[in-house]
Amino acid sequence: MIAIVDYGVGNLFSLRSSFEKIGADVIVTSDEKTIKNADKILLPGVGAFADASKKLVDTGMGELVKEQARKGKYVMGICLGMQLLFEKSYEYGVYEGLGLLKGEVVPLKGDIDPKLKVPHIGWNALQFTRPHFLFTHIKEGDCAYFVHSYHAVRCLDSLIATTEYDKQITATVAKDNVLGCQFHPEKSGDVGLNILRAFVERKG
Amino acid sequence: MITKRIIPCLDVRDGTVVKGVNFDKLKKVASPVELAKFYSENGADELVFYDITASSEGRNLFTEILKETAKNVFIPLTVGGGIREVSDFERVLSCGADKVSVNSGAISNPCLIKDAAKKYGNQCVVISADVKRVNHEFHVFAKGGREDTGMLAVPWITRCVNEGAGEVVVNSMDTDGVKQGFDLELLQAVCEAVDVPVIASGGAGSVQDFIRLFKEVPVIDAGLAASVFHFGEIAIPDLKKKLQENGITVRI
Repeated sequence: MIAIVDYGVGNLFSLRSSFEKIGADVIVTSDEKTIKNADKILLPGVGAFADASKKLVDTGMGELVKEQARKGKYVMGICLGMQLLFEKSYEYGVYEGLGLLKGEVVPLKGDIDPKLKVPHIGWNALQFTRPHFLFTHIKEGDCAYFVHSYHAVRCLDSLIATTEYDKQITATVAKDNVLGCQFHPEKSGDVGLNILRAFVERKG
Repeated sequence: MITKRIIPCLDVRDGTVVKGVNFDKLKKVASPVELAKFYSENGADELVFYDITASSEGRNLFTEILKETAKNVFIPLTVGGGIREVSDFERVLSCGADKVSVNSGAISNPCLIKDAAKKYGNQCVVISADVKRVNHEFHVFAKGGREDTGMLAVPWITRCVNEGAGEVVVNSMDTDGVKQGFDLELLQAVCEAVDVPVIASGGAGSVQDFIRLFKEVPVIDAGLAASVFHFGEIAIPDLKKKLQENGITVRI
């Protein structure tokens, strides 16, 4: 079973529907026991880093996810959920993340061509930097749907796919059992569903 | 490189899709759920649902349809129509919408954009403006295009973006339903003023109109249309192939 961690940010309707669509056993939950018993964990997130990171602390979900990841369970972060896996973020201040991946999150503004629009909204092509099981059912150049104003940097040891927005920016990360997508697989049509399918199929 | 988006718009009233020609003479097309599924499997990059229902029963029907659509469609879904309070955002977001577009609501409730952006993030808030030329100036119209607010379009849109709108839909009432091409002059003016994505709406009649849009206003992010897609005059896969042949980056 896949547990989508509900810690009070954003709406998890589409994420749950997309797992249901591919026939996965999925639950949206904040129950400690359910999360501990789940085969894999999905960490969602929309909105601001500071708010989400505070909610992860307040609800105890952050520690729980960390503990489960350290035990070797697969954890995948989506969008802000991916950013939260890193050590820290510079979104309106400096905030600590879960530190499950090396790297940090910085504003796109100031880091890319100022003529480009921020947020980076829309469909953009994935370029693989390393082979990975998440890409089993998709191919290089397939497009995914992005919506974000911040991006992960200094994360070369976990980087597995980038997308071009002035320069190559982080699209997908994976380090052992800790995974993350900057884009929204639940909004990326068949490409997104195929990434989730690969995640679900993975033994572990 | 980010691709140019093609967005079909579904006007929904009492559970069925309609399309206004110059905002009247509404025609029935198909079930919104079926149409949304069809589009998402046939090249649409995003869908806009516009709720033109007046009654509360109609509104409940709309949210049911939205839920049913979001369960089956895995591309971004924007919802507009009747969004007046922050609670309206909650109502449609909880049914699976990704973005909420505000129009008249932003005019009558000056805090709406700021409050909603603060709560749900800028990426969630879309300002949609109905614009028409009045004495050679671009005026913003309210109430589905029935009322001239007297406000100038570009400063109004700029203000909405400054307050937190993360995307702009510019609907030209002068070109809407005429099928003679998008309002390039208006779109150029808006694109020069704001640095968030801008979606062109109103006037698409042929593939050539989309090619001209992306060639002549290269910073535009997306083209939105309704009837040309609903009545099969333009098939989105064909449109995207033609755009690609003309050097425009699209998702195939």
